[in-house]
Amino acid sequence: MSSSPYTARTAEEGTAAAPDTGGRRLPRTLHPVAWWIWALALATAVSRTNNPLLLFLVLAVLGYVITVRRTEAPWARGFKYYLYLALTVVAIRVVFRAVFATGMTPDDHYLFSLPHIPTPDWYAGIQLGGPVSLEALLSAATDGLRLACMLCCIGAANTLANPKRALRVLPGALYELGVAVTVSISVAPQLVQSVQRVARARRLRAGRNKGLKALRGIVVPVLEDALERSLRLAAAMDSRGYGRAGSATRRSRRLTGALMLLGMCGLCAGAYGLLDASAPKLLGLPALAAGSVLCLAGLRLGGRRVTRTTYRPDPWRFAEWAVASCGVLSAVLLFVNVGYDPAELNPSIYPLSWPTLPLVPAAAILLAGAAGFLAPPPAPPAPPAPPTPHITAPRTEESA
Amino acid sequence: MITFDQVSVVYDGADEPVLRDVNLSVDEGELCLVVGHTGVGKSTLLGAVNGLVPHFTGGTLYGTVTVGGRDTADHPPRELADVVGVVGQDPLDGFVTDTVEEELAYAMEQLAIPPTVMRKRVEETLDLLGLADLRHRALYELSGGQQQRVAIGSVLTAHPRVLVLDEPTSALDPTAAEEVLAAVTRLVHDLGVTVLLAEHRLERVVQYADRVIHLPGNGRVVSGPPSEIFTTSSIAPPIVELGRAAGWSPLPLSVRDARRAARPLRTVLEGAAPPPVRAVPDTPGATLLGARGITVAYRGVPAVREVDLDLRAGEVTALMGRNGSGKSSLLWALQGSGPRTAGTVRVARGEPGAADRKKGGDPKKLSAAEARRLVGLVPQTPTDLLYLESVKQELDQADTESGAGAGAGMADGAGMAAGARGPSARAILDRLAPGIDGATHPRDLSEGQKLALVLAIQLVAAPRVLLLDEPTRGLDYRAKTQLIAMVDELAAEGRSVVVSTHDVEFAARAADRVVVLAEGDIVADGPTTEVIVASPVFAPQVAKILTPLPYLTVDQVTAVLPDGEADA
Repeated sequence: MSSSPYTARTAEEGTAAAPDTGGRRLPRTLHPVAWWIWALALATAVSRTNNPLLLFLVLAVLGYVITVRRTEAPWARGFKYYLYLALTVVAIRVVFRAVFATGMTPDDHYLFSLPHIPTPDWYAGIQLGGPVSLEALLSAATDGLRLACMLCCIGAANTLANPKRALRVLPGALYELGVAVTVSISVAPQLVQSVQRVARARRLRAGRNKGLKALRGIVVPVLEDALERSLRLAAAMDSRGYGRAGSATRRSRRLTGALMLLGMCGLCAGAYGLLDASAPKLLGLPALAAGSVLCLAGLRLGGRRVTRTTYRPDPWRFAEWAVASCGVLSAVLLFVNVGYDPAELNPSIYPLSWPTLPLVPAAAILLAGAAGFLAPPPAPPAPPAPPTPHITAPRTEESA
Repeated sequence: MITFDQVSVVYDGADEPVLRDVNLSVDEGELCLVVGHTGVGKSTLLGAVNGLVPHFTGGTLYGTVTVGGRDTADHPPRELADVVGVVGQDPLDGFVTDTVEEELAYAMEQLAIPPTVMRKRVEETLDLLGLADLRHRALYELSGGQQQRVAIGSVLTAHPRVLVLDEPTSALDPTAAEEVLAAVTRLVHDLGVTVLLAEHRLERVVQYADRVIHLPGNGRVVSGPPSEIFTTSSIAPPIVELGRAAGWSPLPLSVRDARRAARPLRTVLEGAAPPPVRAVPDTPGATLLGARGITVAYRGVPAVREVDLDLRAGEVTALMGRNGSGKSSLLWALQGSGPRTAGTVRVARGEPGAADRKKGGDPKKLSAAEARRLVGLVPQTPTDLLYLESVKQELDQADTESGAGAGAGMADGAGMAAGARGPSARAILDRLAPGIDGATHPRDLSEGQKLALVLAIQLVAAPRVLLLDEPTRGLDYRAKTQLIAMVDELAAEGRSVVVSTHDVEFAARAADRVVVLAEGDIVADGPTTEVIVASPVFAPQVAKILTPLPYLTVDQVTAVLPDGEADA
């Protein structure tokens, strides 16, 4: 085997610190929930502002934390896709604003004009084309940027925390859901692989390559394959003890379901009430609290029917507290409006001026960046994965 | 440990029971080999041990099955997970998590074993199966043998007292299979685990078995010590067939014992020249396919390196080599449907008995319809090509596809219908595997029949070069013998056949020539006798027993052996 240097390294893992940690902290993966709390808190903070300076600061902070604390695992290489998605969001927002012009006031700075397409009377509310102002584009861009930043926050959580490990911390009641997601995540690449395999095999029969018939020639074998495979997986899981009965009755299961559903509704309504300034105040915290209580009760009840333990559970220690709280703290700082003018969070574009950088919010966002060194360094990189063989290449036999 | 008391199993909709009045008891620490042809109920028998039959598969089970004192009627498979561990054919199918360590822990998590115990057992199992180096690796990047060892480890961590293995090595190359079987025997000897093992390639396991459970096919079960069962059983590995032919008693089951018993046989055979395994034509056939400098690389990693290969008419070539040595890549590159980084392929054109219609050429540069008339390929999973509801529809489709291909692909092929060119797919199928009902769904055919169906579909295009990618996978002895007959017939028609295989016994019986690939290079190329006998890995059992005499198959020995001297 060619990976002997790697095996030596992994053997030491957990007993010796990686050289670049300063010899103090053992490399380990942070509890996925800590990363999620951190990222969601940061996203909440972002929702408060459309000051482009602050938003760019958030992006910088995300970039820093990801660079220093992500692992080499496949899921950790995906942040760039979130960045592309973010760019697309901004672009769409700006283009739509330009096309569905809202007209311009005399104060606006004229940029360019798109050909005006007259809309019928019954369609009067919306204009197509017309003059486009700098202000309109700027406000669209900052709006888009805010959304993009929130997207990137979620992307950061997905990059920093192994999604499968994150599912493992789901409470017992949601265990089946977690397994379903895990299995479908691992089945998806297999499905892609068998589509490729069958599509290539089609050429051997010189089958038609286009049209409904060709589709059938690919879909039927792939689905039959997938069905057989999932049956075998189900049999394997059953014989390995999946779904051993706990102490649940039919009634308690129904009750769990009802509690969870209501609780989730409450949580959604509460989040909406909190985040949207125009929503009635009553919808905010009370709904959130009621939702949480219902969910907790449901989880508690449902958890009783699953008897299961977790192998090498992720510990929740100081680093987890530190990471989660620095995220939460920055969100709180952006909500309390202390020590800065709330108007600075959403700088007006009338009159057009360069936005100012309010000190406290900037410090709050930098505080979130502290997660970069509060979190322990990730485990040493996994061995270089052998180049993913093309579907024709059978698995490499390394140890033969 | 395992008791079957008057067990019969009937599946829904079936008239005949799969198992009938089975009485069986397996003691603790035994390695039990379950043998029988495909479809006689081996999987049913194994599934009944942990309750998958009938809890998961449906059907009705009469009688009682008890494992470790628990009745499977009251305990579904999940409640037996701590007593019985089950490992299937393809390890990848059973994996739930994505790294080795988590997979090993999965069953224990379900059984709610305390985390400290789990950690300890995972470490022990990693050592026991030699997986410690791989603990953090992703499951899909392991080799087949490693994956199968992980699959065994993942049920072992629950400390079951019974291990049920349903053809654990059928997807593996010889070395990987040895690796897995060595792990299994170690479990039996060191831990006293009771093992129930079904396996097609008996030659690999028969020497380790304490007991054999034979399913002759009528739903009954015969069990006894191996040497007793194999004297009469309908399937037997070559070593047993040789023993029967030579009249050895008791039957030797390992090569070592057989070599001792074979001393008199060797002296008898010494004088005679062994007949050829396959009749050799007087003149070597014309070269049908010439490949020069074939290179296949995937993202810069070469799978096949500058391979030169000539295929001649009437020749059966076995392509051997471990998993990942480039066999499939080479076959796909020769056919032209797979990627090819460099090199040329030249296929001679012209059907036996028909006037040359068109010059041959490089199948890669021709249309798919044209390419398959030059070179036919049966892929590793033949079912990839099947998508219709019945055998008849598939065959009709094959006829029209080939007819359409002739019209569209050739300038001078106007008016050429499938029927005018050659026999229909149905006729070919009847010759290869008689008696397949046209109304059957292709998925319900046995592995051997599926192979014959796909072979027939490919042969409608009348290619003179035929490539088979691992056709022996999952075939039992009977199906393999049929495959050998098919291949023989194709070669006799003047076609050139290439079979990539791991199965040395098959290669010894079917091939004129063996090409061995390693890391994409051809490392050996020559007549079967020379290549196979010289290699410790690839030598068939008969060759191992009779070296230095150049015998490969039992048939050769029986042909030489005078009847009267059978007891020599």
